[in-house]
Amino acid sequence: MAEFLNGFLLPLIIMVLKILSITVPLLVAVAFMTYAERKIMGAMQLRQGPSIVGPFGLLQPFADGLKLFAKEQILPEGANRVVFYVAPMITFFLALVAWAVIPFDYGLVLSNINVGVLYLFAISSLGVYGIVMAGWASNSRYAFLGALRSAAQMVSYEVSMGLIIISVLLCVGSLNLTEIVKAQETVWFAIPLFPMFIMFFISALAETNRSPFDLPEGESELVAGFMVEYSSAPFALFFLGEYANMILMSAMTSILFLGGWLSPLPFAPFTWIPGVVWFALKIAACLFTFVWVRATMPRYRYDQLMRLGWKVFLPFSLFWVVLTAGVLVTFGWLPK
Amino acid sequence: MILQGIAFYVFAALLVASGVMVISSRNPVHSVLFLILAFFQAAGLCLLMGAEFIAMILVIVYVGAVAVLFLFVVMMLDINFRELRQGAMEVLPLGGLIGLILFAELAAVLGGWIVAPGVEKLAGSPTPSIDTVSNTVALGRLMYTQYVYLFQACGIVLLVAMIGAIVLTLRHRVGVRKQDIGAQLARRRDEVVAIRKVTTGEGV
Repeated sequence: MAEFLNGFLLPLIIMVLKILSITVPLLVAVAFMTYAERKIMGAMQLRQGPSIVGPFGLLQPFADGLKLFAKEQILPEGANRVVFYVAPMITFFLALVAWAVIPFDYGLVLSNINVGVLYLFAISSLGVYGIVMAGWASNSRYAFLGALRSAAQMVSYEVSMGLIIISVLLCVGSLNLTEIVKAQETVWFAIPLFPMFIMFFISALAETNRSPFDLPEGESELVAGFMVEYSSAPFALFFLGEYANMILMSAMTSILFLGGWLSPLPFAPFTWIPGVVWFALKIAACLFTFVWVRATMPRYRYDQLMRLGWKVFLPFSLFWVVLTAGVLVTFGWLPK
Repeated sequence: MILQGIAFYVFAALLVASGVMVISSRNPVHSVLFLILAFFQAAGLCLLMGAEFIAMILVIVYVGAVAVLFLFVVMMLDINFRELRQGAMEVLPLGGLIGLILFAELAAVLGGWIVAPGVEKLAGSPTPSIDTVSNTVALGRLMYTQYVYLFQACGIVLLVAMIGAIVLTLRHRVGVRKQDIGAQLARRRDEVVAIRKVTTGEGV
Protein backbone atom coordinates (compact mmCIF):
# COMPACT_ATOMS: atom_id res chain seq x y z
CA MET A 1 0.00 0.00 0.00
CA ALA A 2 2.79 2.39 0.96
CA GLU A 3 4.57 1.51 -2.26
CA PHE A 4 1.42 2.17 -4.22
CA LEU A 5 1.04 5.51 -2.48
CA ASN A 6 4.63 6.66 -3.01
CA GLY A 7 5.19 5.09 -6.39
CA PHE A 8 1.92 5.91 -8.07
CA LEU A 9 -0.60 8.07 -6.27
CA LEU A 10 1.69 10.79 -4.95
CA PRO A 11 3.57 11.41 -8.23
CA LEU A 12 0.24 11.37 -10.07
CA ILE A 13 -1.30 13.98 -7.78
CA ILE A 14 1.77 16.21 -7.94
CA MET A 15 1.84 15.92 -11.72
CA VAL A 16 -1.84 16.79 -12.05
CA LEU A 17 -1.40 19.81 -9.76
CA LYS A 18 1.59 21.00 -11.81
CA ILE A 19 -0.36 20.61 -15.05
CA LEU A 20 -3.30 22.54 -13.60
CA SER A 21 -1.00 25.33 -12.44
CA ILE A 22 -0.03 25.85 -16.09
CA THR A 23 -3.32 25.27 -17.90
CA VAL A 24 -5.58 27.37 -15.65
CA PRO A 25 -3.52 30.58 -15.97
CA LEU A 26 -3.18 29.82 -19.68
CA LEU A 27 -6.94 29.61 -20.14
CA VAL A 28 -7.42 32.85 -18.22
CA ALA A 29 -4.75 34.41 -20.44
CA VAL A 30 -6.60 33.16 -23.53
CA ALA A 31 -9.83 34.70 -22.24
CA PHE A 32 -8.20 38.06 -21.67
CA MET A 33 -6.31 37.79 -24.96
CA THR A 34 -9.63 37.96 -26.80
CA TYR A 35 -10.54 40.99 -24.71
CA ALA A 36 -7.15 42.62 -25.31
CA GLU A 37 -7.43 42.03 -29.03
CA ARG A 38 -10.79 43.76 -29.25
CA LYS A 39 -9.61 46.64 -27.06
CA ILE A 40 -6.39 47.17 -29.02
CA MET A 41 -8.13 46.94 -32.38
CA GLY A 42 -10.76 49.30 -31.07
CA ALA A 43 -8.12 51.83 -30.04
CA MET A 44 -6.38 51.51 -33.39
CA GLN A 45 -9.63 52.08 -35.28
CA LEU A 46 -10.82 54.90 -33.01
CA ARG A 47 -13.56 52.81 -31.41
CA GLN A 48 -14.13 51.91 -27.79
CA GLY A 49 -14.13 48.14 -27.97
CA PRO A 50 -16.01 46.11 -25.33
CA SER A 51 -16.93 48.45 -22.47
CA ILE A 52 -20.33 47.39 -21.13
CA VAL A 53 -19.88 44.11 -19.25
CA GLY A 54 -18.02 44.74 -16.01
CA PRO A 55 -15.56 47.57 -15.35
CA PHE A 56 -13.93 48.60 -18.69
CA GLY A 57 -15.67 45.58 -20.21
CA LEU A 58 -13.30 43.25 -18.37
CA LEU A 59 -15.95 40.55 -17.95
CA GLN A 60 -16.73 40.49 -21.68
CA PRO A 61 -14.70 37.29 -22.44
CA PHE A 62 -16.60 35.37 -19.77
CA ALA A 63 -19.93 36.64 -21.04
CA ASP A 64 -18.92 35.56 -24.55
CA GLY A 65 -17.84 32.15 -23.27
CA LEU A 66 -21.12 31.59 -21.43
CA LYS A 67 -23.06 32.67 -24.49
CA LEU A 68 -21.16 30.26 -26.72
CA PHE A 69 -21.64 27.30 -24.42
CA ALA A 70 -25.34 28.01 -24.01
CA LYS A 71 -25.98 27.94 -27.76
CA GLU A 72 -27.37 25.04 -29.71
CA GLN A 73 -24.98 22.45 -31.10
CA ILE A 74 -25.64 21.73 -34.74
CA LEU A 75 -24.41 18.65 -36.55
CA PRO A 76 -24.57 19.19 -40.31
CA GLU A 77 -26.35 16.58 -42.40
CA GLY A 78 -23.99 14.01 -43.88
CA ALA A 79 -21.24 15.04 -41.49
CA ASN A 80 -18.94 12.47 -40.02
CA ARG A 81 -20.04 12.63 -36.40
CA VAL A 82 -16.94 11.33 -34.60
CA VAL A 83 -14.37 13.20 -36.68
CA PHE A 84 -16.53 16.33 -36.53
CA TYR A 85 -16.38 16.41 -32.76
CA VAL A 86 -12.83 15.12 -32.40
CA ALA A 87 -11.35 17.87 -34.62
CA PRO A 88 -11.91 20.83 -32.26
CA MET A 89 -10.78 18.69 -29.34
CA ILE A 90 -7.49 17.96 -31.11
CA THR A 91 -6.94 21.65 -31.87
CA PHE A 92 -7.55 22.62 -28.26
CA PHE A 93 -5.59 19.71 -26.81
CA LEU A 94 -2.52 20.41 -28.96
CA ALA A 95 -2.56 24.08 -28.05
CA LEU A 96 -2.42 23.16 -24.36
CA VAL A 97 -0.09 20.18 -24.42
CA ALA A 98 2.79 22.13 -25.98
CA TRP A 99 3.15 24.20 -22.80
CA ALA A 100 4.66 21.21 -20.99
CA VAL A 101 8.18 22.11 -22.13
CA ILE A 102 8.06 25.93 -21.96
CA PRO A 103 10.45 27.20 -19.27
CA PHE A 104 8.90 30.15 -17.41
CA ASP A 105 12.03 30.81 -15.38
CA TYR A 106 15.27 28.99 -14.65
CA GLY A 107 14.12 25.52 -13.53
CA LEU A 108 10.45 26.51 -13.64
CA VAL A 109 9.31 24.04 -16.28
CA LEU A 110 6.93 21.08 -16.19
CA SER A 111 9.29 18.70 -18.02
CA ASN A 112 12.79 19.79 -18.93
CA ILE A 113 13.36 17.43 -21.86
CA ASN A 114 16.46 17.41 -24.04
CA VAL A 115 14.54 17.72 -27.29
CA GLY A 116 12.29 20.60 -26.21
CA VAL A 117 12.49 22.46 -29.51
CA LEU A 118 11.71 19.34 -31.49
CA TYR A 119 8.75 18.66 -29.21
CA LEU A 120 7.35 22.13 -29.79
CA PHE A 121 7.94 21.80 -33.52
CA ALA A 122 6.23 18.41 -33.57
CA ILE A 123 3.21 19.68 -31.68
CA SER A 124 2.83 22.75 -33.85
CA SER A 125 3.09 20.61 -36.98
CA LEU A 126 0.18 18.53 -35.71
CA GLY A 127 -2.07 21.57 -35.51
CA VAL A 128 -3.03 21.08 -39.14
CA TYR A 129 -4.95 17.90 -38.31
CA GLY A 130 -7.61 19.63 -36.29
CA ILE A 131 -8.31 21.94 -39.22
CA VAL A 132 -8.15 19.31 -41.97
CA MET A 133 -10.38 16.93 -40.03
CA ALA A 134 -12.86 19.70 -39.31
CA GLY A 135 -12.97 20.69 -42.97
CA TRP A 136 -13.48 17.16 -44.18
CA ALA A 137 -15.98 16.05 -41.54
CA SER A 138 -18.22 19.09 -42.03
CA ASN A 139 -19.27 17.82 -45.47
CA SER A 140 -19.31 21.34 -46.83
CA ARG A 141 -17.51 22.90 -49.79
CA TYR A 142 -16.42 26.02 -47.95
CA ALA A 143 -15.09 24.11 -44.99
CA PHE A 144 -13.22 21.69 -47.22
CA LEU A 145 -11.63 24.46 -49.27
CA GLY A 146 -10.55 26.18 -46.08
CA ALA A 147 -9.05 22.96 -44.77
CA LEU A 148 -7.11 22.33 -47.99
CA ARG A 149 -5.74 25.84 -47.98
CA SER A 150 -4.73 25.53 -44.38
CA ALA A 151 -2.98 22.19 -44.94
CA ALA A 152 -0.93 23.60 -47.80
CA GLN A 153 -0.17 26.78 -45.90
CA MET A 154 0.94 25.17 -42.66
CA VAL A 155 3.10 22.55 -44.36
CA SER A 156 4.81 25.24 -46.46
CA TYR A 157 5.64 27.52 -43.58
CA GLU A 158 6.85 24.71 -41.35
CA VAL A 159 9.74 24.06 -43.73
CA SER A 160 11.18 27.55 -43.40
CA MET A 161 10.37 27.59 -39.69
CA GLY A 162 12.41 24.42 -39.22
CA LEU A 163 15.38 26.02 -40.98
CA ILE A 164 15.08 29.16 -38.85
CA ILE A 165 15.09 27.02 -35.70
CA ILE A 166 18.17 25.21 -37.01
CA SER A 167 20.06 28.48 -37.34
CA VAL A 168 19.23 29.23 -33.69
CA LEU A 169 20.25 25.73 -32.63
CA LEU A 170 23.60 26.14 -34.37
CA CYS A 171 24.34 29.03 -32.03
CA VAL A 172 23.24 27.09 -28.94
CA GLY A 173 24.43 23.55 -29.49
CA SER A 174 21.48 22.05 -27.67
CA LEU A 175 17.81 21.28 -28.28
CA ASN A 176 16.92 22.00 -24.67
CA LEU A 177 14.83 25.15 -24.24
CA THR A 178 16.47 26.09 -20.94
CA GLU A 179 19.88 25.84 -22.62
CA ILE A 180 18.65 28.00 -25.47
CA VAL A 181 17.65 30.78 -23.10
CA LYS A 182 20.89 30.44 -21.10
CA ALA A 183 22.91 30.78 -24.32
CA GLN A 184 21.39 34.26 -24.79
CA GLU A 185 22.84 35.70 -21.60
CA THR A 186 25.42 37.76 -23.52
CA VAL A 187 23.17 38.82 -26.38
CA TRP A 188 19.63 37.96 -27.41
CA PHE A 189 19.50 36.06 -30.67
CA ALA A 190 17.14 38.68 -32.09
CA ILE A 191 20.20 40.92 -32.65
CA PRO A 192 22.72 38.67 -34.47
CA LEU A 193 19.95 36.71 -36.19
CA PHE A 194 17.68 39.69 -36.84
CA PRO A 195 16.34 38.62 -40.28
CA MET A 196 15.53 35.20 -38.85
CA PHE A 197 13.64 36.82 -35.98
CA ILE A 198 11.42 38.74 -38.39
CA MET A 199 10.91 35.68 -40.58
CA PHE A 200 10.08 33.51 -37.60
CA PHE A 201 7.45 35.97 -36.51
CA ILE A 202 5.92 36.08 -39.99
CA SER A 203 5.97 32.28 -40.17
CA ALA A 204 4.29 32.21 -36.77
CA LEU A 205 1.51 34.39 -38.19
CA ALA A 206 1.10 31.94 -41.06
CA GLU A 207 1.33 28.92 -38.76
CA THR A 208 -1.44 30.15 -36.49
CA ASN A 209 -3.59 31.17 -39.49
CA ARG A 210 -3.66 34.73 -38.32
CA SER A 211 -4.17 37.81 -40.42
CA PRO A 212 -2.69 38.65 -42.96
CA PHE A 213 -2.45 34.91 -43.65
CA ASP A 214 -5.91 33.95 -42.38
CA LEU A 215 -6.91 32.44 -45.73
CA PRO A 216 -8.21 29.17 -44.22
CA GLU A 217 -11.05 31.15 -42.67
CA GLY A 218 -11.03 34.10 -45.09
CA GLU A 219 -14.59 35.24 -44.51
CA SER A 220 -14.92 37.22 -47.71
CA GLU A 221 -14.43 34.12 -49.90
CA LEU A 222 -15.05 31.11 -47.66
CA VAL A 223 -17.57 32.49 -45.13
CA ALA A 224 -15.53 31.21 -42.18
CA GLY A 225 -13.42 28.50 -43.80
CA PHE A 226 -13.06 25.29 -41.86
CA MET A 227 -15.26 26.56 -39.02
CA VAL A 228 -18.38 27.28 -41.10
CA GLU A 229 -20.41 24.40 -39.74
CA TYR A 230 -19.34 24.68 -36.13
CA SER A 231 -21.39 26.24 -33.39
CA SER A 232 -21.53 26.36 -29.62
CA ALA A 233 -18.88 24.45 -27.61
CA PRO A 234 -16.93 22.95 -30.57
CA PHE A 235 -16.61 26.42 -32.05
CA ALA A 236 -15.47 27.74 -28.68
CA LEU A 237 -12.78 25.05 -28.60
CA PHE A 238 -11.49 26.14 -32.02
CA PHE A 239 -11.49 29.72 -30.87
CA LEU A 240 -9.65 28.95 -27.63
CA GLY A 241 -7.20 26.74 -29.52
CA GLU A 242 -6.39 29.53 -31.97
CA TYR A 243 -5.66 32.02 -29.21
CA ALA A 244 -3.71 29.52 -27.11
CA ASN A 245 -1.65 28.80 -30.22
CA MET A 246 -0.97 32.50 -30.65
CA ILE A 247 0.28 32.72 -27.08
CA LEU A 248 2.36 29.60 -27.63
CA MET A 249 3.97 31.00 -30.77
CA SER A 250 4.73 34.25 -28.93
CA ALA A 251 6.32 32.22 -26.14
CA MET A 252 8.40 30.36 -28.72
CA THR A 253 9.49 33.64 -30.32
CA SER A 254 10.54 35.04 -26.95
CA ILE A 255 12.42 31.87 -25.99
CA LEU A 256 14.23 31.50 -29.30
CA PHE A 257 15.00 35.15 -30.01
CA LEU A 258 14.15 37.44 -27.09
CA GLY A 259 16.00 35.68 -24.29
CA GLY A 260 13.06 34.00 -22.55
CA TRP A 261 13.01 34.93 -18.85
CA LEU A 262 16.26 36.96 -19.01
CA SER A 263 16.07 40.64 -18.12
CA PRO A 264 16.97 43.02 -20.97
CA LEU A 265 19.94 44.48 -19.08
CA PRO A 266 21.88 42.25 -16.65
CA PHE A 267 22.14 44.67 -13.68
CA ALA A 268 20.34 45.89 -10.58
CA PRO A 269 16.94 47.44 -11.20
CA PHE A 270 16.16 45.02 -14.00
CA THR A 271 17.30 41.85 -12.27
CA TRP A 272 15.06 42.55 -9.25
CA ILE A 273 12.02 41.76 -11.34
CA PRO A 274 11.47 37.99 -11.45
CA GLY A 275 12.07 36.16 -14.72
CA VAL A 276 8.46 35.08 -15.07
CA VAL A 277 7.40 38.71 -15.34
CA TRP A 278 9.97 39.43 -18.05
CA PHE A 279 8.83 36.33 -19.92
CA ALA A 280 5.18 37.39 -19.65
CA LEU A 281 6.05 40.91 -20.82
CA LYS A 282 7.89 39.58 -23.86
CA ILE A 283 4.97 37.31 -24.73
CA ALA A 284 2.61 40.26 -24.32
CA ALA A 285 4.75 42.38 -26.65
CA CYS A 286 4.65 39.66 -29.32
CA LEU A 287 0.89 39.26 -28.89
CA PHE A 288 0.43 43.00 -29.25
CA THR A 289 2.28 42.79 -32.56
CA PHE A 290 -0.02 39.93 -33.63
CA VAL A 291 -3.02 42.20 -33.06
CA TRP A 292 -1.28 45.21 -34.55
CA VAL A 293 -0.60 43.29 -37.75
CA ARG A 294 -4.22 42.21 -37.88
CA ALA A 295 -5.43 45.77 -37.54
CA THR A 296 -3.12 47.14 -40.26
CA MET A 297 -2.46 44.56 -42.97
CA PRO A 298 -4.82 43.47 -45.76
CA ARG A 299 -5.15 39.74 -46.36
CA TYR A 300 -2.63 38.10 -48.71
CA ARG A 301 -3.77 36.53 -51.93
CA TYR A 302 -3.32 32.76 -51.90
CA ASP A 303 -0.66 32.49 -54.65
CA GLN A 304 1.29 35.33 -53.05
CA LEU A 305 1.25 33.48 -49.75
CA MET A 306 2.67 30.36 -51.37
CA ARG A 307 5.24 32.37 -53.29
CA LEU A 308 6.40 34.05 -50.09
CA GLY A 309 6.76 30.72 -48.31
CA TRP A 310 8.54 28.72 -50.97
CA LYS A 311 10.37 31.29 -53.10
CA VAL A 312 11.41 33.85 -50.50
CA PHE A 313 11.48 32.37 -47.01
CA LEU A 314 12.78 28.92 -47.86
CA PRO A 315 15.84 29.96 -49.93
CA PHE A 316 16.67 32.81 -47.57
CA SER A 317 16.46 30.73 -44.39
CA LEU A 318 18.50 27.98 -46.06
CA PHE A 319 21.11 30.58 -47.02
CA TRP A 320 21.11 31.92 -43.47
CA VAL A 321 21.68 28.45 -41.99
CA VAL A 322 24.75 28.05 -44.22
CA LEU A 323 25.90 31.56 -43.35
CA THR A 324 25.49 31.02 -39.60
CA ALA A 325 27.33 27.72 -39.75
CA GLY A 326 30.08 29.31 -41.85
CA VAL A 327 30.56 32.24 -39.47
CA LEU A 328 30.55 29.99 -36.40
CA VAL A 329 33.15 27.64 -37.89
CA THR A 330 35.36 30.41 -39.29
CA PHE A 331 35.62 32.34 -36.03
CA GLY A 332 35.69 29.23 -33.85
CA TRP A 333 32.50 30.24 -32.01
CA LEU A 334 30.88 26.81 -32.28
CA PRO A 335 29.32 25.89 -28.93
CA LYS A 336 30.92 22.92 -27.25
CA MET B 1 7.82 3.14 -11.97
CA ILE B 2 4.19 2.03 -12.00
CA LEU B 3 3.29 5.05 -14.12
CA GLN B 4 5.83 4.09 -16.79
CA GLY B 5 4.48 0.55 -16.80
CA ILE B 6 0.95 1.77 -17.29
CA ALA B 7 2.09 4.15 -20.02
CA PHE B 8 3.83 1.31 -21.85
CA TYR B 9 0.78 -0.92 -21.85
CA VAL B 10 -1.52 1.91 -22.89
CA PHE B 11 0.76 2.88 -25.80
CA ALA B 12 1.32 -0.72 -26.88
CA ALA B 13 -2.35 -1.68 -26.72
CA LEU B 14 -3.43 1.45 -28.59
CA LEU B 15 -0.72 0.88 -31.20
CA VAL B 16 -1.94 -2.64 -31.95
CA ALA B 17 -5.57 -1.60 -31.86
CA SER B 18 -5.09 1.33 -34.23
CA GLY B 19 -2.95 -0.84 -36.51
CA VAL B 20 -5.85 -3.27 -36.79
CA MET B 21 -8.27 -0.40 -37.41
CA VAL B 22 -6.08 0.91 -40.26
CA ILE B 23 -6.78 -2.17 -42.34
CA SER B 24 -10.29 -2.92 -41.13
CA SER B 25 -12.08 0.43 -41.10
CA ARG B 26 -14.52 1.05 -43.96
CA ASN B 27 -13.64 4.63 -44.71
CA PRO B 28 -10.12 5.28 -46.07
CA VAL B 29 -9.97 8.64 -44.30
CA HIS B 30 -10.56 6.85 -41.02
CA SER B 31 -7.79 4.45 -41.99
CA VAL B 32 -5.35 7.32 -42.42
CA LEU B 33 -6.43 8.85 -39.13
CA PHE B 34 -5.84 5.53 -37.37
CA LEU B 35 -2.47 5.30 -39.11
CA ILE B 36 -1.60 8.68 -37.60
CA LEU B 37 -2.70 7.42 -34.20
CA ALA B 38 -0.45 4.39 -34.67
CA PHE B 39 2.53 6.63 -35.52
CA PHE B 40 1.82 8.60 -32.42
CA GLN B 41 1.74 5.55 -30.18
CA ALA B 42 4.99 4.31 -31.73
CA ALA B 43 6.56 7.68 -30.91
CA GLY B 44 5.33 7.27 -27.33
CA LEU B 45 6.98 3.85 -27.12
CA CYS B 46 10.26 5.28 -28.45
CA LEU B 47 10.04 7.95 -25.78
CA LEU B 48 9.62 5.35 -23.05
CA MET B 49 12.72 3.55 -24.34
CA GLY B 50 14.72 6.78 -24.02
CA ALA B 51 15.01 7.30 -27.77
CA GLU B 52 13.64 10.85 -27.56
CA PHE B 53 15.17 12.12 -30.81
CA ILE B 54 13.74 9.26 -32.87
CA ALA B 55 10.35 9.79 -31.24
CA MET B 56 10.24 13.47 -32.10
CA ILE B 57 11.50 12.94 -35.65
CA LEU B 58 8.85 10.25 -36.11
CA VAL B 59 6.15 12.71 -35.14
CA ILE B 60 7.57 15.63 -37.16
CA VAL B 61 8.33 13.73 -40.36
CA TYR B 62 5.66 11.04 -40.50
CA VAL B 63 2.77 12.60 -38.65
CA GLY B 64 3.50 16.24 -39.40
CA ALA B 65 4.40 15.97 -43.07
CA VAL B 66 3.94 12.57 -44.74
CA ALA B 67 0.58 11.72 -43.20
CA VAL B 68 -0.76 15.21 -43.97
CA LEU B 69 -0.12 14.60 -47.66
CA PHE B 70 -1.63 11.15 -47.30
CA LEU B 71 -4.74 12.57 -45.74
CA PHE B 72 -4.83 15.30 -48.36
CA VAL B 73 -4.83 12.79 -51.21
CA VAL B 74 -7.27 10.36 -49.61
CA MET B 75 -9.76 13.13 -48.83
CA MET B 76 -9.66 14.32 -52.44
CA LEU B 77 -10.35 10.83 -53.80
CA ASP B 78 -13.90 10.20 -54.84
CA ILE B 79 -14.17 6.44 -54.67
CA ASN B 80 -16.98 4.01 -54.11
CA PHE B 81 -16.01 2.25 -50.92
CA ARG B 82 -18.37 -0.66 -51.41
CA GLU B 83 -16.88 -1.56 -54.79
CA LEU B 84 -13.45 -1.36 -53.26
CA ARG B 85 -14.47 -3.82 -50.56
CA GLN B 86 -15.71 -6.42 -53.03
CA GLY B 87 -12.30 -6.87 -54.61
CA ALA B 88 -10.66 -7.22 -51.23
CA MET B 89 -11.43 -10.92 -50.82
CA GLU B 90 -9.75 -11.80 -54.15
CA VAL B 91 -6.38 -10.37 -53.18
CA LEU B 92 -6.57 -11.78 -49.67
CA PRO B 93 -4.42 -14.88 -50.43
CA LEU B 94 -1.72 -12.71 -52.02
CA GLY B 95 -1.82 -10.23 -49.16
CA GLY B 96 -1.70 -13.05 -46.66
CA LEU B 97 1.31 -14.55 -48.44
CA ILE B 98 3.18 -11.22 -48.39
CA GLY B 99 2.31 -10.80 -44.73
CA LEU B 100 3.58 -14.28 -44.00
CA ILE B 101 6.87 -13.64 -45.81
CA LEU B 102 7.34 -10.34 -43.98
CA PHE B 103 6.56 -12.02 -40.69
CA ALA B 104 9.06 -14.82 -41.41
CA GLU B 105 11.73 -12.28 -42.34
CA LEU B 106 11.04 -10.30 -39.21
CA ALA B 107 11.29 -13.46 -37.11
CA ALA B 108 14.56 -14.36 -38.85
CA VAL B 109 15.98 -10.89 -38.20
CA LEU B 110 14.93 -10.95 -34.56
CA GLY B 111 16.31 -14.50 -34.20
CA GLY B 112 19.61 -13.46 -35.76
CA TRP B 113 19.71 -10.42 -33.51
CA ILE B 114 19.84 -12.53 -30.39
CA VAL B 115 22.06 -15.31 -31.74
CA ALA B 116 24.79 -13.27 -33.47
CA PRO B 117 27.90 -12.78 -31.33
CA GLY B 118 28.66 -9.35 -29.93
CA VAL B 119 25.27 -7.93 -30.83
CA GLU B 120 23.87 -8.35 -27.34
CA LYS B 121 26.22 -5.69 -26.00
CA LEU B 122 25.19 -3.25 -28.74
CA ALA B 123 21.51 -3.89 -28.25
CA GLY B 124 21.86 -3.23 -24.54
CA SER B 125 23.45 0.20 -24.91
CA PRO B 126 23.11 1.66 -28.41
CA THR B 127 24.28 5.05 -27.15
CA PRO B 128 26.97 5.87 -24.62
CA SER B 129 25.52 6.29 -21.15
CA ILE B 130 22.64 8.77 -21.07
CA ASP B 131 24.25 10.90 -18.35
CA THR B 132 27.34 11.85 -20.35
CA VAL B 133 25.92 12.47 -23.77
CA SER B 134 22.34 13.11 -24.86
CA ASN B 135 20.52 11.06 -27.40
CA THR B 136 20.66 13.68 -30.13
CA VAL B 137 24.38 14.33 -29.71
CA ALA B 138 25.16 10.61 -29.83
CA LEU B 139 23.18 10.15 -33.03
CA GLY B 140 24.71 13.22 -34.61
CA ARG B 141 28.24 12.13 -33.81
CA LEU B 142 27.68 8.72 -35.34
CA MET B 143 25.89 10.00 -38.40
CA TYR B 144 28.29 12.82 -39.29
CA THR B 145 31.52 10.92 -38.65
CA GLN B 146 31.32 7.20 -39.22
CA TYR B 147 28.38 7.13 -41.62
CA VAL B 148 28.83 10.53 -43.25
CA TYR B 149 29.15 9.20 -46.82
CA LEU B 150 26.12 6.95 -46.49
CA PHE B 151 24.21 9.83 -44.97
CA GLN B 152 25.13 12.12 -47.85
CA ALA B 153 24.27 9.39 -50.33
CA CYS B 154 20.79 9.15 -48.77
CA GLY B 155 20.43 12.88 -49.18
CA ILE B 156 21.38 12.71 -52.85
CA VAL B 157 18.93 9.88 -53.49
CA LEU B 158 16.15 11.94 -51.95
CA LEU B 159 17.16 15.01 -53.94
CA VAL B 160 17.13 13.05 -57.19
CA ALA B 161 13.73 11.61 -56.32
CA MET B 162 12.39 15.08 -55.61
CA ILE B 163 13.75 16.54 -58.85
CA GLY B 164 12.36 13.55 -60.72
CA ALA B 165 8.91 14.09 -59.26
CA ILE B 166 8.99 17.75 -60.21
CA VAL B 167 10.21 17.03 -63.75
CA LEU B 168 7.50 14.40 -64.25
CA THR B 169 4.64 16.63 -63.11
CA LEU B 170 5.80 20.01 -64.39
CA ARG B 171 4.03 21.20 -67.50
CA HIS B 172 4.24 24.65 -68.96
CA ARG B 173 0.87 25.99 -69.89
CA VAL B 174 0.53 28.88 -72.26
CA GLY B 175 -1.78 31.79 -71.70
CA VAL B 176 -1.65 31.70 -67.92
CA ARG B 177 -1.83 35.11 -66.31
CA LYS B 178 0.89 35.11 -63.72
CA GLN B 179 2.04 37.79 -61.35
CA ASP B 180 5.61 38.89 -62.05
CA ILE B 181 6.64 40.66 -58.88
CA GLY B 182 10.00 41.76 -60.32
CA ALA B 183 8.36 43.42 -63.30
CA GLN B 184 5.80 45.08 -61.05
CA LEU B 185 8.43 46.57 -58.80
CA ALA B 186 10.60 47.66 -61.71
CA ARG B 187 7.85 49.86 -63.17
CA ARG B 188 8.49 53.59 -63.03
CA ARG B 189 5.82 56.21 -62.64
CA ASP B 190 6.44 57.93 -65.96
CA GLU B 191 6.19 54.65 -67.88
CA VAL B 192 2.63 53.96 -66.78
CA VAL B 193 1.06 57.28 -65.84
CA ALA B 194 0.57 60.15 -68.26
CA ILE B 195 -0.86 63.48 -67.22
CA ARG B 196 -2.84 65.26 -69.93
CA LYS B 197 -4.52 68.58 -69.93
CA VAL B 198 -8.10 67.91 -71.01
CA THR B 199 -10.06 70.84 -72.35
CA THR B 200 -13.77 70.91 -71.57
CA GLY B 201 -16.08 69.47 -74.21
CA GLU B 202 -13.33 67.84 -76.30
CA GLY B 203 -12.02 64.83 -74.39
CA VAL B 204 -8.61 63.27 -74.78
